Amino acid sequence: MARLTFTGGIHPYEGKDLSKDKPITLLMPKGEMVYPVSQHIGAPATPIVAKGDHVYKGQKIAEASGFVSVPIYSSVSGTVKAIEPRRVVTGDLVNSIVIENDELYEETEFHPVAPIQKLTGPEIIDIIKEAGIVGMGGAGFPTHVKLSPKEPDKIEYVIANCAECEPYLTSDYRRMLEEPDKLVEGLRIILKLFKNAHGIIAIENNKKDCVKLLRQMTKDDGRITVKMLKTKYPQGGERALIYATTGRQVNSSMLPADVGCVVNNVDTIVAVYRAVAEGRPLIERIVTVTGDAIADPRNFKVPIGTNYTQVLEAAGGFSKQPEKIICGGPMMGFAMFDTNRPVTKTSTALLAFTKDAVAAQEPGPCINCGRCLEVCPGRVMPSKLADYAEHFDEESFVANNGMECCECGCCSYVCPAKRPLTQEIKSMRKMQLAKRKK
Amino acid sequence: MSDMYKVSSNPHVRSRVTTNGLMLAVIVALLPATGFGIYNFGIRAAYVVLTSVICAVLTEGLFGLYRKKMTITDLSAVVTGLLLALNMPVNIPLWMVGLGSVFAILVVKCLFGGLGQNFMNPALAARCFLLISFPSYMTNFECDAYTGATPLAVLKSGGTVNNFDMIVGNTSGTIGETSMLALVIGACFLLLLGVIDLKVPASYIISFVVFAIAFGGHGLDPQFLSAQIAGGGLILGAFFMATDYVTRPITAWGQILFGIFLGVMTGIFRFFGPGAEGVSYAIILGNLLVPLIEKVTKPVAFGRGGKS
Repeated sequence: MARLTFTGGIHPYEGKDLSKDKPITLLMPKGEMVYPVSQHIGAPATPIVAKGDHVYKGQKIAEASGFVSVPIYSSVSGTVKAIEPRRVVTGDLVNSIVIENDELYEETEFHPVAPIQKLTGPEIIDIIKEAGIVGMGGAGFPTHVKLSPKEPDKIEYVIANCAECEPYLTSDYRRMLEEPDKLVEGLRIILKLFKNAHGIIAIENNKKDCVKLLRQMTKDDGRITVKMLKTKYPQGGERALIYATTGRQVNSSMLPADVGCVVNNVDTIVAVYRAVAEGRPLIERIVTVTGDAIADPRNFKVPIGTNYTQVLEAAGGFSKQPEKIICGGPMMGFAMFDTNRPVTKTSTALLAFTKDAVAAQEPGPCINCGRCLEVCPGRVMPSKLADYAEHFDEESFVANNGMECCECGCCSYVCPAKRPLTQEIKSMRKMQLAKRKK
Repeated sequence: MSDMYKVSSNPHVRSRVTTNGLMLAVIVALLPATGFGIYNFGIRAAYVVLTSVICAVLTEGLFGLYRKKMTITDLSAVVTGLLLALNMPVNIPLWMVGLGSVFAILVVKCLFGGLGQNFMNPALAARCFLLISFPSYMTNFECDAYTGATPLAVLKSGGTVNNFDMIVGNTSGTIGETSMLALVIGACFLLLLGVIDLKVPASYIISFVVFAIAFGGHGLDPQFLSAQIAGGGLILGAFFMATDYVTRPITAWGQILFGIFLGVMTGIFRFFGPGAEGVSYAIILGNLLVPLIEKVTKPVAFGRGGKS
């Protein structure tokens, strides 16, 4: 049963008005383009070009190195300048292919493999893998893996995640408004893989125009329903979304496929459409540039590999001195100490704020108010978990469902004592996950 | 332009609610009751309030100097001082008030690790400390305005009370407990701001009323029941002390269980105990059970077989 919402969650200041009415504009980068070989979850891609090679836009420059891995394509034409470690948004140094953009944008020719009607399921999955498509909502999980569950016939719902619950972000909104046909067609392609599945387009009710538009477009399609969800963070989190649209619950040791669901982000679905229908690999994405320190907040179609400094300049640079720069949304994004990082497949936004809410207040002692419990979509006890993590009490952490945390950040957001609950829980989880792998 | 921007772990936005803000809200919510207490009992009530608050803040400040960590700005000492004063009879010697304040802050709170670490409500623990140490002073409600017995004591000895006076607060009792009206105004303010919710107060009052109907000896008599609700420290305790974040369970079901326990204990103390009062002891006892209650009411994580 669909509830159209979930228990817990928060409603921070949306901030979407800054950029929601700005149409997507194409950004033409200059100079150096950087392609980290690891833009996805799984094995890093293996470079197949060498220094000095000339490449075309759309040419494969790194090959997938396993099943859970995807290839990478050049988004410009130019010359390979170096293959060396470069700093990415998370702050880590990642081996990257550096290409000097010749600004000619000479393309390789793109051809669809075959008309969509003639493609079989495995062929579609191969095309998706070959196009280098990953979850573009932020997680970066290879899409072809997601679309290859053990028993495809048991999938009952293919959910298009159009919630865009992160504050400030408007890239998915613009995508739905400007290219709804590609979203719907992309969803139809994915539905071809699962013969018993029904498609659900899940949109928060702060985007009523998209709901109306997509309902209009799918009204004759019996296999697709548009569902309007309550606007609440983290509505677009996979577990919250599945629960809101189908009433089914997924815990940390399950996959959506275990409850017959497959969830994909808007941008991912559009990328699937472009790969299957047009034969185009994933070489660009939509990035929202916004925040109170940005002169002209906008939405850009950005070639992957573009330096964030150029994205920032395209939005008129800073109007005020920023204190904090975030790649991604304010709830789950990464803070960066400079903007000299490449846009990757999972970059959703660049935010610049004049005030850093985190630095503004010193954490105080927990007063046991229970707000973190109330907002936790995982229904765990964040204040207690953070306490266990702080004291390195691994046993209690695991016994009290610490691994069920989805790291959405709601607990840190509401904490009146401004405790970094999410951070504490995240680091303990990371440690536990690393242990499991051993 | 600086070259480096601030970095931190996500999330990068924070709600506006702060510990200070919550404490301030509680202080504001207690003002109607404080004001009525001063109006009802005269200027001496104001001295009691001031003594209690000043001693509480000074103790917290001195301890902060000793620990090299100043914590008086979180306003929690003001709340404790104010609550303690509202639980005092008006003619109590001021040095006793001061002693209670020091006990609340130093012994009950600071020595256990400060704000958030105390396992009993400091104001109530201090009240119980004073009740045991100076019973005659703490139960002497004689003052210029009233000649002695509180409405609940009158009821217990078989007398009759004026329910309207009890709701407005024109009765004898401790400084802050007499006016149900003033307390409810403050409680509504906290409820509207979302500082407290009804889980603890409602389960507390409802279970107490059920207990009173069953064991109070007056059955469904509305006059008796409303006097039991308005009288004594029930409203002050249910809305302002049982809801104390630090010393109530953190889980939703735990809070309801806690409220029911308080209601039953208050009933036992009031109807079967030697005194007419029972709220303070009930809450203190409840506080001690919090770890146990939290343990048995641990929420079921999402997707782990709980009810959806």
